[in-house]
Amino acid sequence: MKKEKAVEVSSLTKCFGELVAVDHVKFEVEKGEFFGFLGPNGAGKTTTIRILTGVIKPDEGNVQVLGYDVLENSIEAKQLMGVVPEMANAYLDLSAWNNLMLVGALYGVPKELRKERASKLLKEFKLYERRNCLVKGFSKGMKQKLLLCMALINEPEILFLDEPTSGLDVESRRLIIEVIQKLNKEGKTVFLTTHNIEEANQLCDRVAIINRGRIAAVDRPEKLRLKSSGLQSIEVSFDRKVDVEEVLEIEGVNKARKMGDKIKIYIDDPDAAINELVDFARSKKLKIVSLNTLAPSLEDVFLKLIKEN
Amino acid sequence: MNQFKRSLAIAEKNIRIYYYKGPVIIFGVLIPLFLFLSFYIGRNIPIKALIPGLLGMTTFFTSTSVGPAIVPWEARAKTLERLISSPVSIWTIFLGDVISSFLFGILVSTIPVFVGLLLGVKVLNPFTLIFGVVLAAFCFASFSVLLSSYPPSNVPASSMMLSSLVKFPLIFVSGVFIPIKNLPLIGKIVSSVSPLTYFTELARYSLQGSCFFPVEIDFLALMFFNVLFFVAAVKIHERTLPQRL
Repeated sequence: MKKEKAVEVSSLTKCFGELVAVDHVKFEVEKGEFFGFLGPNGAGKTTTIRILTGVIKPDEGNVQVLGYDVLENSIEAKQLMGVVPEMANAYLDLSAWNNLMLVGALYGVPKELRKERASKLLKEFKLYERRNCLVKGFSKGMKQKLLLCMALINEPEILFLDEPTSGLDVESRRLIIEVIQKLNKEGKTVFLTTHNIEEANQLCDRVAIINRGRIAAVDRPEKLRLKSSGLQSIEVSFDRKVDVEEVLEIEGVNKARKMGDKIKIYIDDPDAAINELVDFARSKKLKIVSLNTLAPSLEDVFLKLIKEN
Repeated sequence: MNQFKRSLAIAEKNIRIYYYKGPVIIFGVLIPLFLFLSFYIGRNIPIKALIPGLLGMTTFFTSTSVGPAIVPWEARAKTLERLISSPVSIWTIFLGDVISSFLFGILVSTIPVFVGLLLGVKVLNPFTLIFGVVLAAFCFASFSVLLSSYPPSNVPASSMMLSSLVKFPLIFVSGVFIPIKNLPLIGKIVSSVSPLTYFTELARYSLQGSCFFPVEIDFLALMFFNVLFFVAAVKIHERTLPQRL
C-alpha cells in the first residue's frame, strides 16, 4: 500500500545573492514519520524549513505539505502546521498566556477551546504557575517550552522544529523530547532539524543529511551506518604502548587514531583485519588486552558524507 | 471573515504591546499638544478657531504614532516571522496594524472635541464629524504603515525619524494652523495633495459651519487616500518583507 506523504519537496532552490543556500533539494516525508534534517551550521537546514513553513519563497521548485502546495495554498497548508523556529520569537512584552491566546486566534481556534488547550499545555510544560508573567523574564528553557506550546495550540498534524533543544538545560531538553516523542506516537508527523547527531539517531525514523545546500543522503540512521564502507572500526588495546604509525602499516588498515590507551582502527573487512592484528601482536610480542569491533556511528557517517560532499 | 477576526487578534496584540511605549506617548499625544500651545500662546486668536486644527493634528499624530515602528520592531524581535508562519495573509497582518492605529487615533481624537465642548465650541454637524474622524483615522493609520514599508529598515528609530520627516511638513501645509482659504495659491495647490487637508476641512465644517472645499470633495478625497495608502502599504511591504526576514 502506498504511504501518504506529509511533505514532498522537489528541485527546491534558494539563493541569497551569489550564495546558493539550497540547491535542488528533493526529499519526501511520510505521514506519521519522525524525520530528521541533519547538517552542519550554514548547510541550508533553516532556509529549507523556512521555505517549508511558508516564511520565505524558493527561487525554484515545489513544496507540498499534507497535499497543499505551500506557495499556492499557503494558508491551508500553514493551518495544519505547528512551527518552532530556530530563534526564540514569542512576544517578550506579552505574558505566556497572552502569547498562547494570540497564536490560538491566528489559527482560528475558538476562544473557549483556546483557553482549555492553553491551560493543558502550560501545565504539561510546567509553565502554568508563570502564565501571567511577561515572557521577557523567562529563561531560555522556559521560552523554548512556551514556543512548543504555541506550536501545539492548534493541534497541528505536522510539527516543524528547528533546533528545538539547542542550548537547553538537561531537564528542559528531556521534557521537550518526551513530548515530541509522545506526539509522534499519537500519529503526528515531526520534521526536526538538528546538528545533534545523537539526538537524530535516537529519535528519527529517517534522516536527511544536507551540506552546502545539497542533500548528501536520505535513509534510516541504521541503514546509513551499515551502508558506509570504510567506516567500520576496531578498538584495540595492547599491554604496552604502540605507535599509531606501526599500526598504520598493517594490511587493510585505512586509518588509525589513538584514543587514550586504545587505538581505533578503521577497516573495510573486520575479519581480515582481526587476523592481521593478531599476527602483528605476535610478531611484536604484544598481548591484546581488549578488542572490540564497532559499527560506524551516525557521526562517522555524517562526517564522511560531509567530506565527500 | 476568518481573516478579519485574525486581523483583530493582531490589532489587540499591538494595543497590548506598543501603546505603552515612549514614542507613542511622545509622538501621539505630547507633540500635538506642544505644537498647539506654541501656536496659540501669545496670539490673539479665538480658541474656537483653533479647535478644528487641533483635532486634525491630534488625529493625524495619534493615528500615525506607532504604525511606522511596528514592522521594524517585529522584524528585529523575530516575531514577524511568527506572524508570517501563521495561517494569515499579508493583508491580514497589515490590516491588524492599521486597525490598532485607527482605534488609538479615534480614541485620542475625542480629547480635543471634549476640550472644545468645555470651551463652548458647538458641534454643528456631528455626523460629518464622526464620519470624518473615522475616515481620517483609518487613512492616517494606513499612511503610517506605508511609511515603514520603504526602505525596509529593521531599526524602529530610523523608521520613526523618516516618518517624522514626512509628517511634520504636512502639518504646515494642511490648513491646521491657517485655514486653506487664507493660504496663497501655491499653498492651496500643495495642500490639496495632503490627506490631512481634507480632514481639517471636515473638522472646520463640523465645528464652524464652513470650509474651503465642498464637503463631498473632502469625503471623496479621504476615501481615495484610504484606498491608495492601504493598497500601497500592503503591496510595498509584500515586496520588501523578504529583505526583513
